[in-house]
Amino acid sequence: MFRYTKLTALREVLIWVLALVFLIPFYFLVATAFKSNDELFTTSPLALPDAPAWGNFTELFTAQGNSNIVQGLINSAIMTVGAIIGLVLLGSLTGYVIARSTRRWSKVVYYLFLVAIVLPSQLGTVPLYIGARAIGLTGTLWGMIVLYTGMLLPLAIFLYAGFFRSLGTEYEEAATIDGASRTQIFFRIVLPLIAPATGTVAILTGLIVWNDFFTALIFLGGSANQTLPVAMYYFIGSLVSQWNKIFAIVLVSMIPILAFYLFAQKRFIQGFAGGLKG
Amino acid sequence: MTTTVESETERVIVPGRGGSRRGTRPRRPGLLKFGHWWWALPGVVLVIAIHYIATVFGGAFAFTNWSGLGSFDWIGFENFRRIFQDSSKLLALGNTLFLAFGSVILTNVLGLAIALGLNRGLKTRYALRVLFFMPVVLSPLAVSYIWKFIFDYNGPLNTVLRAIGLDSVARAWTGDPTWAIWTILIVIVWQQTGFSMVIYMAGLAAVPVEIEEAAAIDGASLWQRFWHVTLPAIRPAVAISTTLGLVNGLRVFDQIMALTGTGPAGATATLATEVYKQAFTLGNFGYGAALALVLTVIILVFAVIQQRVSSGREED
Repeated sequence: MFRYTKLTALREVLIWVLALVFLIPFYFLVATAFKSNDELFTTSPLALPDAPAWGNFTELFTAQGNSNIVQGLINSAIMTVGAIIGLVLLGSLTGYVIARSTRRWSKVVYYLFLVAIVLPSQLGTVPLYIGARAIGLTGTLWGMIVLYTGMLLPLAIFLYAGFFRSLGTEYEEAATIDGASRTQIFFRIVLPLIAPATGTVAILTGLIVWNDFFTALIFLGGSANQTLPVAMYYFIGSLVSQWNKIFAIVLVSMIPILAFYLFAQKRFIQGFAGGLKG
Repeated sequence: MTTTVESETERVIVPGRGGSRRGTRPRRPGLLKFGHWWWALPGVVLVIAIHYIATVFGGAFAFTNWSGLGSFDWIGFENFRRIFQDSSKLLALGNTLFLAFGSVILTNVLGLAIALGLNRGLKTRYALRVLFFMPVVLSPLAVSYIWKFIFDYNGPLNTVLRAIGLDSVARAWTGDPTWAIWTILIVIVWQQTGFSMVIYMAGLAAVPVEIEEAAAIDGASLWQRFWHVTLPAIRPAVAISTTLGLVNGLRVFDQIMALTGTGPAGATATLATEVYKQAFTLGNFGYGAALALVLTVIILVFAVIQQRVSSGREED
């Protein structure tokens, strides 16, 4: 019934046309980022530049202050990696205990995390900011890593608990008989077995941290440490309709994540499709 | 994959009914057979501190007139009275609901349509999937800047409109009181459609071809097959995709900051941008907290309704 017919071929062609229309914004992005200042105003916004102009890029890499793009890139990378390490460690330990416990309190704790996923961050932001400022967490990379870990921990625990539950206890039983300690069992047997789950947690939470704007805008406000989205926001704020320069920075900000996505697209998509279902 | 979806949904509603947990009851004394209970402690403490304590304090601030510095007074429901008497705050509330429901409906319809189109027999479905999903991984801020250019007065959209003789339609889209909110909706839908599509593709992959074939042999039309066979089978995917879309749609912030900055004259403000403006730009912490509490209550109410609706369907 579902053989490849002429109709299927037609469907395939039509969806490709749709996909190309869907991705037109990327064409504007690349075409405009390489236009010189003159070309920006003399050529149609639909046209490609005559010759690629690299000037927009050299300019953005030399910006200083709170729109320092290079520093923003480095800061974002450090925060993302730091938060992923914290989330994988705390998320797997907590998720494991919740999944392996049959006591009532573990259900209560599970619900605690489930509600925290839905709870919008806005309400807690003000007290959190005051608390974080009081103990010196605002404006520092370490503080941001702690904050992101805490903010995304419910999601990481939820994902890990789901994966641990679907993993039977046979390996742990066998290792116990062989005399392994509980710590050894967890770090040398369970955690390696659950590596795909760790991949999902790392991708989902890492993407949220990397792309986050709201939290970084508030908690790093006024400091010299900016993340990439915030540096981009300030950098663009100083440019009025200089779309070639704006798009140079937008393009640069997208390249790391797009390269990573295309490199590991299967993991990304499975992480989103499978991970959110548990 | 459907089974995982179902068991997940079930678990959310009635935890502990899953079969995989049978037989893990510890026979030996001690809380756990594997791991130590205190392993969960750092995670639990961090979540309680960052989510719950902060939220409770935020909720308390909502009933004060605190400005962020110095002393404050308890003013009861004064902040809420001001919110519901201020037309700009009601507009922000309306915009929040419009963007959330508009984006959920459009992304799910489009995402499902693309997933159905890719579902059976296409040779390049995986390449197409990668392309449609691409916007999802990008920062909403960066994506919004691209669209700001597209909607610019001298941008590509108006250039095309003028070229086909629709000069009268061309306008500064993000600066137009009527159309600005629609530009934000379009950006959200463009970015999130791939996400819905991926959830639906996973759901559709688990629907057996045989059921559809049987329905086709029985003379069901394409639409009947979709409405009576395919759609009921992917109900869990619908529940997940709409719930996540709604919760995220209610807190839209980045796109508005980049595209319109809540303009023109506050026409595209939402509760999330108003919280930011009141609490962090104007220093009205108490009033900002009250707005955030309204947003929180709305999100929790919709999350519970959504959960009830999908669990009610499950039991039918």
